[in-house]
Amino acid sequence: MKVKNEKEISNTKEILYFTFKNKKMIIGMCLFLFFLLLGVFGPYLTQYGPMDYAGPGYHPPSSEYWLGTTFFGQDVFSQLVHGLRSSFGVGLLGGTIATLIGLSVGFFAGYKGGVVDEILMMVTNVMMVIPTIALMIVFAAYLPYRGVTIQAVIIGCTAWPWTARAVRSQTFSLKQRNFVSLARITGVKTIKIISGEIAPNMLSYVFMVYILQFGGSILAAVTLDFIGLGPTMGISLGLMLENAVLWNAIQLGMWWWIIPPGLAITLIVGGLYFMNTGLDEIFNPKLREM
Amino acid sequence: MSLEIKNLKVYYQTLRGQVKALDDISFKINDGDILGLAGESGCGKSTFSNSLILLKAPMKYIGGEVFLDGKKLPVENYEKMKEKRYKDISIIPQYALNAMNPTVKIGKYIHDVFAYKNFSYKGVDNELKRRLKIVGLDEGILNMYPIELSGGMKQRMVMVIATLMNPSLLIADEITSALDVSTQKAVSKMLVEFRDKKFVKSIIFVTHDVSVLYQIADKILIMYAGKFAEIGPAEKIIHNPRHVYTKLLVKAMPEVGIKFSDTPLTGIPGHPPLLIDPPEGCRFIDRCPEKMKECVKEPPVIKVGEDHYVACWKEVKKNA
Amino acid sequence: MGKYFRRKIIIYLITFFVAVTIDWLIPRFMPGDPINALVGRLSNYPQATQVAYSNLQRAFGLNIPLWDQYLNFWKSLFQGDLGISITIFPKPVFEIIAEALPYDLLLMVPAILASYFFGNKFGAFAAKKKKLDNWVLPIWYMLTATPYLWLAILLAWAFGVVLNIFPIAGAYSFSLTPSFSFDFVFDLLKHWVLPFLSLFIVQLGGWAIGMRNMIIYELDADYSKYLETMGVPEKLIRKYAYKNASLPQITGLAVQLGIIITGAITTEIVFSYPGLGHILNKAILQEDFFLIQGCFLFIIIMVLVANFIIDIVYVLRDPRVRHSIGGEM
Repeated sequence: MKVKNEKEISNTKEILYFTFKNKKMIIGMCLFLFFLLLGVFGPYLTQYGPMDYAGPGYHPPSSEYWLGTTFFGQDVFSQLVHGLRSSFGVGLLGGTIATLIGLSVGFFAGYKGGVVDEILMMVTNVMMVIPTIALMIVFAAYLPYRGVTIQAVIIGCTAWPWTARAVRSQTFSLKQRNFVSLARITGVKTIKIISGEIAPNMLSYVFMVYILQFGGSILAAVTLDFIGLGPTMGISLGLMLENAVLWNAIQLGMWWWIIPPGLAITLIVGGLYFMNTGLDEIFNPKLREM
Repeated sequence: MSLEIKNLKVYYQTLRGQVKALDDISFKINDGDILGLAGESGCGKSTFSNSLILLKAPMKYIGGEVFLDGKKLPVENYEKMKEKRYKDISIIPQYALNAMNPTVKIGKYIHDVFAYKNFSYKGVDNELKRRLKIVGLDEGILNMYPIELSGGMKQRMVMVIATLMNPSLLIADEITSALDVSTQKAVSKMLVEFRDKKFVKSIIFVTHDVSVLYQIADKILIMYAGKFAEIGPAEKIIHNPRHVYTKLLVKAMPEVGIKFSDTPLTGIPGHPPLLIDPPEGCRFIDRCPEKMKECVKEPPVIKVGEDHYVACWKEVKKNA
Repeated sequence: MGKYFRRKIIIYLITFFVAVTIDWLIPRFMPGDPINALVGRLSNYPQATQVAYSNLQRAFGLNIPLWDQYLNFWKSLFQGDLGISITIFPKPVFEIIAEALPYDLLLMVPAILASYFFGNKFGAFAAKKKKLDNWVLPIWYMLTATPYLWLAILLAWAFGVVLNIFPIAGAYSFSLTPSFSFDFVFDLLKHWVLPFLSLFIVQLGGWAIGMRNMIIYELDADYSKYLETMGVPEKLIRKYAYKNASLPQITGLAVQLGIIITGAITTEIVFSYPGLGHILNKAILQEDFFLIQGCFLFIIIMVLVANFIIDIVYVLRDPRVRHSIGGEM
């Protein structure tokens, strides 16, 4: 037992060492943290509310309005930082829900096998073929009131199938290994085996899945917002883009209105993808050498 | 003289330092010999066979020379070796069952290899078909994908491909370990036949299972922890081993004559040393039941019989 | 092999069945009285309200049992009756969608094929060179992280407004009527370029990353190693690895399909390109529920058909798959 502990400690050390040596990981984390901090503290840096008519419309960036104003004179910077908050909210909630559903479905299907597996995979395959967007449209379209929370729940409930599939095959291969069959022979309960033996072995993998689902939720929310299924109150990055297109920001050349929200999304999600590949290299020594 | 190895040293370059996987190996074998190379996993067998044919990072050439048919083999030069590979020195790899491209028909595969190596395929076309017959495969196999073949068929196919250019040296790397006993025997016999028919001049047969060697090898080389332990005629090694390690290895194998017995092997207790920081002197010292005070020094290689050499202090003392 | 396809078709049929059921179910299970809620939102269209009301009543058929409502829904579906649009009153939903569909195909099929082809090529090319790979990989990642709609907006702004090279709205100029004349086709192409590019560029990143990872994996496979021990020129090793890596990418296409369609929908909105996405957006903004239902169904059908095509291509292209499904079934 003692030997095992020492080994684990040195493993943790090694992983930490490679984490801070991995450029992708560091760049990804910096991007993510930058926007997270901007979302958290940004609203205190501006005197205008996101929907306030702060001044003259169609105003390019200036010292007064850092990112200019919208067609109606709303402060773009204020909208951006508030929008960031809802993006991170959707990512957090939607990503968590999708990861949890995907994990549980995948675990049980892969672990139980047989009929349970058949049924769960049938559901997963069906959900997989139906495009998430189509489901989201139907859900969202009939809801008279939509907030960021509901949007996140809808996204989370539709984005899980690929995770379930991936987790299932991972579980399958782990199940074949000795320590799991040992636990099984000694009569340990399914839940216990999953949480005690399989899950810890998949921790790094789960973490990576979560990162992808986090980013995926943010992107999905932007799309929903943009096609008119965003929050009915408040502001989000997708709504900013929707409004910009709706009020001809492209034709009017209002680049300060169209560039910041999209750039923020791209850099956040790109940062998450960087972190994901970075983690892959950290946890997978074979890739590390490359 | 077919193959001569002189003081070959190949290490692995790792973050923690150099792993001395192959440390100062020397021996020679004659034309027509089948050399069995045995030892526990991690003794340097694979490193040795790889360094003859494909020496690349993280492997690092440290020193020594290899002569094939009297000519120096540029093992340390990856590019120069390219023309030697397959033509002069060829390998049946451990992963023979996955060695062919799964999405290309076998005939086309051989064609591609020959075309890209600038060999004439026409010249070997008939020979290929003849050899397929020898190993009991139908010509139609050339029109199939590897996935359509059974394990044994794939193995034989790779044997034919590997020897198609009549190489001077063929390395058979653990080719029987994945097979069942009867297939093992058939494959071993086929190798002997290939040698007898002069498809290959000599063969190095790498295995962790000494009992397989007794069936086919003319000579046996025993390695331990990257070092030379003993080499000699197969009969001598099996019936009159001199190195303490060889004795234990031979004792651990099922009794000759009562082949493939069900009684569990009495393994040698302990593990080989870590090669990143091996002990001074004889590397077997920590597990040796007969160790002496001399063993902390490097044992010299001494001749104990016709073609029989050993590196063990016990023998040195006995012969002194 | 027959059994393999039978199994696939069964999955697709179940999917279709589930999708239609969801389509039918959701408005019924929303809180409140759906008809009044829906009609209430139609107050902007007095001429439509009456028809819509009777339409809704017929569709929801609240005075007959649920089971019959459900069967009726299927029945009208097979008759191609998806209801009447409220925004483009009184045009049948089916007709509207049938008119839009060609534009979707015109946009998506070339974008998917071209990005698949070039993405794979670029990915394989960059994987060869470590230095290039280090530079290019972050770009691919940023591309896949880019929302289609934002890239579309950027392209529209840069090429349509700042440089003023390409038109940024519609599928062809208002002044022209569709015909096979040179003028019209040229005009059509000009309108097509930017939406095509936004779909093409974002997808490119995904394929390149996928190919890069796959080819690195294939180059490490046993058959590649064996070629190396035979001293075969690297060219052949690369050629084989590329072929084998591009096969699983085909299944990747099936997985990506939903995301690509999503991208196409938003791109069409940006460019007012008259495909399903554009219509869907209108339908959502004006709460035209029959049209939303219709779009939903057609998106599903498109995905199912595409999936089936991908299945067939995959089986035809990869002997491993062909053998495993031929062998076990």
